[in-house]
Amino acid sequence: MQTFAYLRPSTLAEAVALLEAHAPDARLLAGGTDLIIGLRDGSERPRVVIDVKRVPELCCGIRDDGGTVTIGATTIMADLATSALVRRHFPALAEAAAAVGSAQIRNRATLAGNICNASPAADTAPPLLVYGAVVLAAGQHGARRIPISEFFVNPGVNALARDELVVAIELPVPAVRVGAAHVRRTRRRGHDLASVTLCAGVDETGVTRLAYGSVGPRPVLKIDESGVLADPAASGAARAAVFDKLFAEASPSPRSMRAGPAYRLAMLRVLGSRAVQTAIERLGEERTNG
Amino acid sequence: MADTLPVEMIVNGRRRAIEVPVNVTLLDLLRDELGLTGTKECCDVGECGACTVLVDGRAVDSCLMLAVEADGAEITTVEGLAADGQLSPLQQAFLDKGASQCGFCTPGQLMAAHALLQENPDPSLPQIQEGLSGNLCRCGCYFQIADAVLAVAQSGQEGGRK
Ligand code: FES
Ligand code: FES
Repeated sequence: MQTFAYLRPSTLAEAVALLEAHAPDARLLAGGTDLIIGLRDGSERPRVVIDVKRVPELCCGIRDDGGTVTIGATTIMADLATSALVRRHFPALAEAAAAVGSAQIRNRATLAGNICNASPAADTAPPLLVYGAVVLAAGQHGARRIPISEFFVNPGVNALARDELVVAIELPVPAVRVGAAHVRRTRRRGHDLASVTLCAGVDETGVTRLAYGSVGPRPVLKIDESGVLADPAASGAARAAVFDKLFAEASPSPRSMRAGPAYRLAMLRVLGSRAVQTAIERLGEERTNG
Repeated sequence: MADTLPVEMIVNGRRRAIEVPVNVTLLDLLRDELGLTGTKECCDVGECGACTVLVDGRAVDSCLMLAVEADGAEITTVEGLAADGQLSPLQQAFLDKGASQCGFCTPGQLMAAHALLQENPDPSLPQIQEGLSGNLCRCGCYFQIADAVLAVAQSGQEGGRK
């Protein structure tokens, strides 16, 4: 593997200062499931690698702050998938975390890493979009909050400034009842990147939030306020018209080796209606439980 | 002129203090420095699971981790499964069920299965398949491997054992 300097800050202030000092030539290391591959194959050539796993402010807790659940940047997928708090309030996020990679990957890969890599196929992105997550970032000029819908810019490009890092991801506990589901399509069962990754959230006021990725340069969120998708009695034609609108932006790359554009667009439809249906069922269960 | 850092870890119960180049993976450290060649190197990109070891009790791909990241951690490799010359129940089951053909994937399969049983001592077949989905076997022993894990789970010999 190429050479680089390895730095291990132990406070957020130190991490920010190191990032500021080395910004263009530095890469942050959290779970490393993408970065280590890049360091080995030379697609990443930082002079400095800053390992943020020992920064307590970023650390790996999932907290209930009353109305908001805060997930530390270095929380791993395995902990997200099994967290009682996440499963209660944001089950589709737990579902997505459980779908990432293999058990071995989920034991290293972090939530912040998943979003910062800004892969169009990131599985946690659709549920974060549906649940209206907010990214807490810190940099030399202080802290700021970035709505997740503004966080993904292009493949591999996120909204952070060069000297900023993610401290935590905040999720507002929904004020109304929501049923949500995450679904994905892969070439094979098990460990694979998604050809389509999608999350639907239906709330009791009839609003459907649909977020999808791997079919364009960034994961996107679309909202149906007409109540058509949330209505199990709506006609097939009415639903199709809404899906037409919500999926209008999908533009799968013809260069991807995972699946062709036509297939992805077709699957987007299938997964979209399946996820909405499951979300409606779960909303029903919420009603009976609540 | 790779930088080095002092690293302390417990490997299979034994404390190790080593000066490690920062650009070396945990996999390379285990194999090349510590001579623990049971852990296999194969894809080097986190796809195959041949390099699976336990870090603080969790199964990870050691090819995706720098050795310096394991500073202060407790590592278990396949060499740490057998005790006093006795195969672990899981190892014995792999043998009994013919779950190892060429054997190259076996150390990784064993470590992933071991971690799975620690977490869930009574997994269903789909849970075993999902738990081991990060471990490829080119000889195609998937049925036998799942069978071996199931047999150990049903015998109650592995769960909770370190
Ligand atoms: S060698 Fe590490 S996963 Fe294949
Ligand atoms: S036994 Fe040969 S690869 Fe699995």
